[in-house]
Amino acid sequence: MSRFRVAVHIVPRRGLLDPQGKAVTDALRTLGFPAVRDVHVGRHVVVEMDAADSTAAERSTRDMCQKLLANPIIEDFEIASVSTL
Amino acid sequence: MKFGIVTFPGSNCDYDAYHAVVDALGEEAVYLWHKDHDLRGSDVVILPGGFSYGDYLRAGAIARFSPIMREVIAHAERGAPVMGFCNGFQIMCEAGLLPGALLRNASLRFVCEAVRLRVENADTPFTNRYTRGQLITIPIAHGDGRYTADAETLSRIEGEGRVVFRYVGGPGDADEWWSPNGSMNAIAGIVSAAGNVLGMMPHPERAVDDLLGSSDGIGVFESILSRVAA
Repeated sequence: MSRFRVAVHIVPRRGLLDPQGKAVTDALRTLGFPAVRDVHVGRHVVVEMDAADSTAAERSTRDMCQKLLANPIIEDFEIASVSTL
Repeated sequence: MKFGIVTFPGSNCDYDAYHAVVDALGEEAVYLWHKDHDLRGSDVVILPGGFSYGDYLRAGAIARFSPIMREVIAHAERGAPVMGFCNGFQIMCEAGLLPGALLRNASLRFVCEAVRLRVENADTPFTNRYTRGQLITIPIAHGDGRYTADAETLSRIEGEGRVVFRYVGGPGDADEWWSPNGSMNAIAGIVSAAGNVLGMMPHPERAVDDLLGSSDGIGVFESILSRVAA
């Protein structure tokens, strides 16, 4: 058993109205970044856990995302990184 | 009839619900603590408004794992009535008792005001005291009330008459949808496929006294009373 830190990105599902992302997009353009096309604001969750190996840690975190960390109706998630502690 | 009102950490409309049931409706109510494991003989369960668990992660996401929710879900699966207002509706969606989800208001603002609703289906256990098309005034108070579902779910609940309340413009614009939060199809409240679970963002429990602006919400309580007592 080793200890791992798994980072997850959770963002609003593509295609759904994302008023927060739109507000930030508009603000960035106003600020002098006209090249900005789209912004999505989500959550970054870091899970520290014990697992046999990094594959098991990732699999387990994926399961956590499906059951609690993300709402599959409205959010997409991706495992951003898995590192050993 | 006995109403069980669940108190989660962060619930703040449990007393309003109690007032509606006991003082306005004249029935019995008990508070059910979120760590309880039984509904203490409640005929109807109410999931009240508030900010259970501080809305951490997503509104309602943590509350659905409270021990009492296992009993609430079993109650609903037996066909017994469960109603959720505001945060209660959010919890129901997270728990899978109702389809869809409630997202941040399109305006990104918390909206607290009396709104006009149109009763879209008066043939449910929660709306039989209203008439179809009736306009009622009930307050909303939420930051995350934008009802969202995939296209298939949306067309199914519309087709099955499960959208029971819809936001409308005003008395003169009864046919015009208007959504204070950006809800799809201006949906304010829906029922489950079996019809025994109601979730709505507006607060009928805060609209039971003319003195406080409206008593239009009492119809929800009278409807379920007449149904369960029958």
